[in-house]
Amino acid sequence: MPAPVVAIVGTGQAGFQAAASLRQDGFAGRIAMIGDEPVLPYQRPPLSKSYLARESGLDELWLRPETFYTQHQIDLLAGEIVTEIDRTERQLRLASGSALSWDHLILATGARFRPLAVPGAELDGVLPLRTLADADILRERLDQARDVVVVGAGFIGLEFASVAIAHGAAVHIIEVTQHPMGRVVSATISKFFCEAHRRWGAEVSLGTGVTRVLGAGGRVSGVETTDGRHLPADLVLICIGVIPNAELAGEAGLAVDNGIVVDEYLATEDAAIFAIGDCANFPTPFAIGRIRLESVQNAVDQGRCVAANIAGKPAPHDKVPWFWSDQGDLKLQIAGITAGHDAAVLRGDPDSGHFSVFCYRGGRLIGVESVNQAADHVVARRLLAGEPKLKLEQAADLSYDLRAHARSLPAR
Amino acid sequence: MPKITYVHQNGARTVLDVPVGTSVMRGAILNGVDGIVAECGGEMMCATCHVYVEEDQLSRTPTQSDDEKAMLEFTASERRPNSRLSCQLVVTPELDGLVVYLPETQV
Repeated sequence: MPAPVVAIVGTGQAGFQAAASLRQDGFAGRIAMIGDEPVLPYQRPPLSKSYLARESGLDELWLRPETFYTQHQIDLLAGEIVTEIDRTERQLRLASGSALSWDHLILATGARFRPLAVPGAELDGVLPLRTLADADILRERLDQARDVVVVGAGFIGLEFASVAIAHGAAVHIIEVTQHPMGRVVSATISKFFCEAHRRWGAEVSLGTGVTRVLGAGGRVSGVETTDGRHLPADLVLICIGVIPNAELAGEAGLAVDNGIVVDEYLATEDAAIFAIGDCANFPTPFAIGRIRLESVQNAVDQGRCVAANIAGKPAPHDKVPWFWSDQGDLKLQIAGITAGHDAAVLRGDPDSGHFSVFCYRGGRLIGVESVNQAADHVVARRLLAGEPKLKLEQAADLSYDLRAHARSLPAR
Repeated sequence: MPKITYVHQNGARTVLDVPVGTSVMRGAILNGVDGIVAECGGEMMCATCHVYVEEDQLSRTPTQSDDEKAMLEFTASERRPNSRLSCQLVVTPELDGLVVYLPETQV
């Protein structure tokens, strides 16, 4: 029997991790990675942080050097587009006209930026931030930008805003809800970061949308808001979320519902096809029902999980989610998923610039959001890996030793 | 250029020229040294670039931040007094000749 072939669609963090972990787990068959970006697999987080700010360069972006892929016999097809998954023939059809046979298929197709559906969105200077190519354009544009409007106050928008302010641009952040990052953080953290951005000099308009983008001679000159204002802009960043790249899976007859639907082993209904990373919709004990996560942790842990499953050491995906965001001099770290909490308590004083919000649902700790307070974050990741048994009053009490509490729990 | 020595579990040594300003972690990644994972890319969000610094060289290494101390609780291999996150060991001329030992596992 010939050695099995694993094909990985997508060369982002999840796809890379699956390939690397397959080799580490002793998988001896062929590994082929196919991605539409014509570059080596790279890290995305710095694109809205240090890379954007020119504090780090390309060398620091690559996940591994080119030699890694030859050394580990990973065929990297960068700049190639998959047009179809043929489940009967177990083949991928490629835009270049060739086909690639597989025994196991890993879909790590990621997500793409959600365009703003208003008149004028096509004007020059209205830009997304998702890929390295996007970041390279923004780096150049930021050098000349005077008036920047950021549409959408999620992680990416706020990180971009803090870099743009440091660059000397006037920044106006507009957010359609009342809560920056509101989909993923508590009201306390949302408000704290909103105030921080205002303190750094940004204008923030909440409950405000864009009705159209204004321009002259094909170039952006401003945006018109839902409350009728005209905000000047020579650069508009659109960061209103992403769309999971699930079309290939859907066209192949696989279930799609806010991403590619997989089970706790990250397998689709076709046991030979898996989905991981930003594109995967999976069940998790850390939320109610199924979720889709866009994070390094999720990409890496799911990459490892799928590799172990293919290499014959199956285990469900059950790792504690964690996230981070750098904005100005603030580092936000989140352990667990705090969306859907019914109670939250402060540990520490926000005015000190170092504090955490412990979030509960039904009396159980479900997540912790820390600002410049890594010690709390680390403890939270430990606690959430098991039954935290941390009472709300204990979390709020600075004299209560969280590390001792974590040590008193059964080891994992 | 400062030379950094990475000692693998089996005792093999990899000696690399790592430019000043580059971290011991990045030096390993760019040169394909197995044994450094660097999952978060140097953000102190994971502890997968854990190394043990040669005991008598500890005083030459930069001081540990509170964040690094906190994250060192997450190492997959035993944390020892000479444990460091190699992303925080930014190479300076003074670090020329540094020897770091790779732990049994990073994950």
